[in-house]
Amino acid sequence: MNSRKAEILVGGFVVLAFAAGLMLALKVVNQNMAGQAETYTLNAKFDNIGGLKVRSAVKVGGVTVGRVDSITLSPKDFTPVVSMSISKEYDKFPETSSVSILTSGLLGEQYVGFQPGFEIEGIENLSDGDFIEDTKSALVLEDLIGQFLFSKGQ
Amino acid sequence: MNWLAGIGAVTIGKLSSFGRATLMLFGAIIAKPQFIKNVPLTIKQIYAVGVQSLLIIVVSGLFIGMVMALQGYTILVGYGAEGSLGPMVALSLLRELGPVVTALLFAGRAGSALTAEIGLMKATEQLSSLEMMAVDPLRRIIAPRFWAGMISMPMLALIFSAVGILGGHVVGVDWLGVDSGSYWSIMQSTVDWDKDVVNGIIKSAVFAFVIVWIATYKGYDSIPTSEGISKATTETVVYSSLAVLGLDFVLTALMFGIE
Repeated sequence: MNSRKAEILVGGFVVLAFAAGLMLALKVVNQNMAGQAETYTLNAKFDNIGGLKVRSAVKVGGVTVGRVDSITLSPKDFTPVVSMSISKEYDKFPETSSVSILTSGLLGEQYVGFQPGFEIEGIENLSDGDFIEDTKSALVLEDLIGQFLFSKGQ
Repeated sequence: MNWLAGIGAVTIGKLSSFGRATLMLFGAIIAKPQFIKNVPLTIKQIYAVGVQSLLIIVVSGLFIGMVMALQGYTILVGYGAEGSLGPMVALSLLRELGPVVTALLFAGRAGSALTAEIGLMKATEQLSSLEMMAVDPLRRIIAPRFWAGMISMPMLALIFSAVGILGGHVVGVDWLGVDSGSYWSIMQSTVDWDKDVVNGIIKSAVFAFVIVWIATYKGYDSIPTSEGISKATTETVVYSSLAVLGLDFVLTALMFGIE
C-alpha cells in the first residue's frame, strides 16, 4: 500500500462525506425561513391556540410566509400571545388583516391562517411588533362535541 | 471472608483497568500531542478504518433505507399518510439509525481490526522495540488510530444517512409510487439542521470516541498470546456495541427527550 494511493482514496472519502453533508443540507433540511432570511415580527392574541406549536407555519392562501416564533401567556389577561416572524418580502399587509388557527387536513398539524384585509384609504400597513386585532381561535373538538350534545338536549 | 475479598479483587481489577485505559488515552492524545508529525500516519489510518469500511456502510445504509420505506409505506398507506414517508425515513436515519448502526458496524469492522493489530504488535514485541528506539508507542501507534476513528465515524454516519434517504426514495417513490415532491418537501419542512443533523453528528462523534478508546485499549492491554488476542477482539466488539446502545439512550434522552 503506497501512501500516494492511500492519500487519494482518503481524499475521495472526504469528498464523499462532504457530498453527503451537502445533500442533507440542501435536499433534506428545511432551509427556507431558517433565520438567515430577513423577517419582521407580528403578534396576535388568541383565546385558545389549540395544538399550535413553535415553528408552525403562517400561511396566506396556502403559501407559507413565515413561522411561529414564540407562544407565551400574557400575564395581564391570561390569554395566549403568538408572535410570528414574517418574511420581509411580504411587508405590505394592511392593518385590517385577520389571523385564525386552522388545521391542515382532518388530523393534520395546525397552522396560522393569515387573511390580508382590504386596502382602504387611511388604513396603515402592519409593521414590526404590531398586534393583529382580528383573531379567530382554534377549533377544539371537545368544545364542538359539547355544544352539539347541549343543543341535542334542549 | 473469601467471598468479600473476591468482590474487592474484582472491583479493584475493574477500576485499575479503567485507570490504565485513561492513562493510555491521556498519554496518546493529550500529553505532548504531535499533530503535524502524525498527519501522514493518521491519513494512512483513515484509509484503513474509514475508506475500507465504506462498502459495508453504503450497502447497509442503502438496504436499511429501502426496508424502512417498504415497512413504513405499508403502515402509513392505511392512514392515507404515505406522504409522510420522507420525514419518517429521514428522521429515523439522521437521529438514530445513522449514528447507531454505523457505530455497530464500525465496531465490528474497524474496532476489531484495531484491537487485533495492536494486540499482535504487542505479542510480537513490536511495541517494546519501538520503546527501545525511544519512540513512544502511544503517540506513534495509538494516537493516529484514535484520531482516524474520530474523523472517519461522523463522515461514515453522514454517508450512511444520505445513502439511506436515497434508498428510501428508490423504494418509496420509484417503486411504490409515493409522490416525489411530497417525499422531499414534507421531509424538508420537518427536518431541522441543528436539531436533527448536528445532533446526529454529535452522537456519532461520541460513539467514535468510545469505540476507538475501547478498541485501542483492549489491544494495548491484551495478554500477548493468541488466546489473549482473540479474547481482546471479542471483548472489543461486545463492549463497544453495549456502550453504543447504552449511550444512545442517554444521548437521545438528553437531545430529544425534553422539548
